Amino acid sequence: MTGLILRRLGIGLVTVLAVSLIIFFGTKILPGDAAQIRLGQEATPENVAALREKLGLDKPYWAQYLIWLKNFMTGNLGISLASDVPITNLIADRYKNTVIVSCLTALIGVPISLMLGIMAAMFPGSLYDRVLTFVSVSLVAAPEFFTATLLVLLFVFALDIGNAVVVGSTDGKGFFELIAHFALPIATLSFVIASQLIRMSRAAVLNVMSSPYIEMAILKGVPRRRIIFRHALLNAIGPIVNVVALNLAYLVTGVIVVEVYFAYPGLATLIVQGVQSRDFVLIQGLGMIFCLTYVVLMLIADIAAFASNPRLRHPK
Amino acid sequence: MTRDTRNPGDVVFEARDLKIGAIQHDGSELRIVKGVDFKVRRGEVVALIGESGSGKTTISLSALGYAKPGLSFTGGEALLLGQDVTKMTTDELRPLRGISVAYLAQSAAATFNPSIKINEQVTEAPVLHGTKTQAEANAKALDLYRALELPNPETIGERYPHQVSGGQLQRLMAAMALCGDPELLVLDEPTTALDVTTQIEVLKAFKQVIKEEGAAAIYVTHDLAVVAQIADRVVVLYNGEIKEAGPVHEIITNPVHPYTSRLMDAIRPMPEAGQGEESSDEHLRASPALEARGIDAGYGKGADGLPLVPVLRDVNVAIERGKTVGIIGESGCGKSTLARVYAGLLPASAGEIYLDGERLSPGLSGRTREQLRKVQFVYQMADTALNPRQHIRDILGRPIDFYGTAEGMTRRARVDQLLDMVELPKQFADRYPHELSGGQKQRVNLARALAANPEVVLCDEVTSALDTIVAANVIDLLNRLQRETGVSFVFISHDLSTVSSFADEIVVLYAGMVAEQGPTDRVLAPPFHPYTRLLVSSVPEPRVGWLEEAAQTREAKAGASGSVQLTKKGCPFFARCPLAIAGTCDEVDPPKIDDGSGHIIDCHRSLAELNG
Amino acid sequence: MSRDNTIDVPLGAHPDRLGGLSEGDKTDHFVAPFEHGISFDELPDAPPKARFRFSLTGWIGAIIVAFWLFIAVFGSFIAPYGENDLPFPDDYSEFQTPRAGALLGTDVEDRDILSRIIYGAGRTIGISFAATLLAYVLGVVLGIGAAVSGPKVDMAMSRINDAFLSLPTIMLGLVVVAAIGSSIPVLICTAGLIYATVVFRLARALGQEIMVMDFVEAAKARGEGRWWIITREIWPNAAMPLITDFGLRLIYVILFISSLSFLGLGVQPPQADWGSMVRENLGALQYGESIIPVLAPAMAIATLTVAINLVVDDVSAQAGGRLSKRL
Repeated sequence: MTGLILRRLGIGLVTVLAVSLIIFFGTKILPGDAAQIRLGQEATPENVAALREKLGLDKPYWAQYLIWLKNFMTGNLGISLASDVPITNLIADRYKNTVIVSCLTALIGVPISLMLGIMAAMFPGSLYDRVLTFVSVSLVAAPEFFTATLLVLLFVFALDIGNAVVVGSTDGKGFFELIAHFALPIATLSFVIASQLIRMSRAAVLNVMSSPYIEMAILKGVPRRRIIFRHALLNAIGPIVNVVALNLAYLVTGVIVVEVYFAYPGLATLIVQGVQSRDFVLIQGLGMIFCLTYVVLMLIADIAAFASNPRLRHPK
Repeated sequence: MTRDTRNPGDVVFEARDLKIGAIQHDGSELRIVKGVDFKVRRGEVVALIGESGSGKTTISLSALGYAKPGLSFTGGEALLLGQDVTKMTTDELRPLRGISVAYLAQSAAATFNPSIKINEQVTEAPVLHGTKTQAEANAKALDLYRALELPNPETIGERYPHQVSGGQLQRLMAAMALCGDPELLVLDEPTTALDVTTQIEVLKAFKQVIKEEGAAAIYVTHDLAVVAQIADRVVVLYNGEIKEAGPVHEIITNPVHPYTSRLMDAIRPMPEAGQGEESSDEHLRASPALEARGIDAGYGKGADGLPLVPVLRDVNVAIERGKTVGIIGESGCGKSTLARVYAGLLPASAGEIYLDGERLSPGLSGRTREQLRKVQFVYQMADTALNPRQHIRDILGRPIDFYGTAEGMTRRARVDQLLDMVELPKQFADRYPHELSGGQKQRVNLARALAANPEVVLCDEVTSALDTIVAANVIDLLNRLQRETGVSFVFISHDLSTVSSFADEIVVLYAGMVAEQGPTDRVLAPPFHPYTRLLVSSVPEPRVGWLEEAAQTREAKAGASGSVQLTKKGCPFFARCPLAIAGTCDEVDPPKIDDGSGHIIDCHRSLAELNG
Repeated sequence: MSRDNTIDVPLGAHPDRLGGLSEGDKTDHFVAPFEHGISFDELPDAPPKARFRFSLTGWIGAIIVAFWLFIAVFGSFIAPYGENDLPFPDDYSEFQTPRAGALLGTDVEDRDILSRIIYGAGRTIGISFAATLLAYVLGVVLGIGAAVSGPKVDMAMSRINDAFLSLPTIMLGLVVVAAIGSSIPVLICTAGLIYATVVFRLARALGQEIMVMDFVEAAKARGEGRWWIITREIWPNAAMPLITDFGLRLIYVILFISSLSFLGLGVQPPQADWGSMVRENLGALQYGESIIPVLAPAMAIATLTVAINLVVDDVSAQAGGRLSKRL
């Protein structure tokens, strides 16, 4: 099993390298030259050449790539083309919002959804199950901004609680104040991942529930609760952790739309700005951060699947 | 006539006009069990015998008040210790299950929860129901492990299910069922998935434990020979109805109902020594149709170019023209691999294949279309061997077009002819495979091979997935086809009685090496290779008392344990062989003892020793 | 003992007599009534498959999908105004509430929301459908190609595909749009390429699953060429699950295109598209003026995608749920 995990880690590392290649060379094909963009159209060719040399843009692409990769790993994300400040400075103010919203969503949305999904699997075909299935089938296909709009409609327009825009600083706020502050983005993202999580955790548990060893447990007279929690969940944990990790990875995407929708500054709005201003140094840096998060979560999903397999945990 | 006084203490389970069915979408009932009556008494084993679709498993589960998802009890009663379990709620049933009545399923591998240690699962029922403390249950489990002759009884419970072998798991399931001291055991084909040499041990253990525990049992099976060993009474089922019921010796020796007779006829008795087909040496003159010389084969490719998982070592088997060669061995012995090597599906890593004396390329790509045509392969599972999206006409028509074997007929006429050869109506040409029954699909599967006008047909366990009677009919068909077309068959099976009933020659494979080969009557008569002797003595005979006799033989005692693995040198049967010579058998490849009639035994012992 | 049905046990005997008699009693042997010469056919394997029928939710989904398809095709004939026409040219106030002449009110630039939604239907659905189609052509051809190729080719293709798959789709979209700007052909190609990776994985998995089936091996053993195996053996068996997945993939592509448009990187103004309409009119919500300009286009997307999902769910559930499990 250690071998398998090491192998998977190796594949993860190769994937990260491949991703960095895609991002670096993907943005390299952009028209325009970093030095030229930073200095503006009026710059003299000498100045441009000097900056090019300073930025290492005169070196061959692969050398630039290696320097960029080395810098990235040491936390140097380069200097923004659009605003001329180090990207680490740009991120410093914003990463907190993104991290807070993602983490709070995970903390609140995941346990609730799992509970709902597992309960649906405990009573398949019941009214509760059918309603929950219908709602999640509907929500899973709806765009984030639709869910967000419904929430705004309900809370801001109908109940007159809160605001359709998230404003103000998070400094010095406690846990519950933060939840209140980001209530609508967190609720939106929770709904979106919940619809997936409910469906998939329900399917994972039902899949296990249809196995012969569950039938055997029934025929041994094992009470329902014990069948679910001892016999079924133990075997469903792997698939469920896998599903959770996949959905957290999805948050990376979802958070972009939500930040724009509720107009608060985060990493995601920053990258959208980067695209609009063609600031590809910024895109490279942030793109790597997002992709890394994503790759790591996928890695966790896979390792969870190994770890929950009794055949791998207890080799012969 | 004296009437039974219906002593309630005596009858453990009784089905009264029991009806079970599936309620369909339109509200109508599709009845699976159509009113069944029988009783099971304390200390008695009642066998429910029938083919797939007979409702035997469904009936047996009714003793636990359980109907499979989609089915429900639609009439009659199932009385467990006088209580009608069909009318009880799950909560009412729970205290009965695992305590009053326990269930043993066909596949122990699927029935044990892979994530929970064996001992917890074995002791779960009595501990949960409060009839035993954990310590008492553990003690009982330990007793059962010992009684069931499991290795390391003290520690085996601490393992996970995947850490023990299939035969052991099957016995552990028996321990799980018996741990709660049930009044009634329900055993659903508990030995069907096992090899014959393993089956005999498990059967013996089951029988002994049932006797010691004084429990009653319902034993579900399709195998009359097994029934003869373990049952006191037999209930013969067909299509959800009882066709015949009575004491085992009467049913076996004197079946009355034509269906029971059909079942009995379908069992092919092992030919007595010297009673096999008369072997002639006429075929020795011509070169064999298909011949394997010195074949090594396996799966995966290691760094040295040799297979990672070697399966076959130095196999030499010739298939004579117009003859049937039966290849027999237990699961994992490499018999299917050998067929795949012949067919070119798995290129051998060493050795040669000859077709009509002409050397064949090891893989498919090097063989000509004509060579491919002459050697046809028939798969075990017709379900996966026939493309579900093609009509039977296209399935049979393609090889005709591809090899040009229409023989002056139109394609349509040739397809009709082929269907006729395998005794299927012409109209089937316009059906899809899923519209046919299992036996019909297997016939189409066979017809596709015949469509190529082959010289050799490789049949890989073609009857193993079929019911007894259906399988017997397919064997009859193969016999007839051979007479009519002169084709050679390679018939691969784990079932010695099926093979011996129609093969001209038998090849016994053990762990990737040929143990013995020769004309059927010679192979099945002494002198035996020690493994052949074990195999022959392990095939259950449909007579009462066989199990006790067989269990006394030295082969059965010696063969009980030991691993089945292809060794790099020496005889792979060494670990289980009662005649093994330490230092010789495990070191030196066995010599071939040829008595001149084509009967070859690969053994270090002399013929005289093997005769004994 | 005579071979007929009258031995020992009278016909229609009381159940108690059938097998319930004391040991040693001759009548213990029960034989059911029978006629000679009757054959005992092999019993059927399984009940015949039920014909496909939509459930209620499936019907609702199908009707909504049909409705939007109709709007997408005939939108320009139905829309009360052109997509950039102003219903009230003299009135300069934005976000007018629904009224006669503008049933859903007006948007941030005083245009008729209803008309823009109708025009947007064609664009959103058209782009998404074209992109999904592209994804399918690429993904299926390469995926099945990889499945039937040797392990080396398959390995190389799959590794490259995995690298792309391990990027969040929206991030890939952002990079491409940043690189070459946004236009409808670029959107179609970008979404098509991105989702081709997913289709590739599915098609390859399906292809491999079918490749190891005995009937494919039988075809190989017969000597059939690769083309026959792909077109006659694999494709007919892969087609059905792939077609069901097409619906699912279409949903994701619609959501992807709409999200890009919502971020201002998709369909560019003044062209109407549901995603960009949400963004254009977000101000109405943020200043608390009106919800319809945002709700209406968001609702349009949601009804379409949810309806497709209802249909897909129904189809895959009746196909044994195998597909939905795998996805």
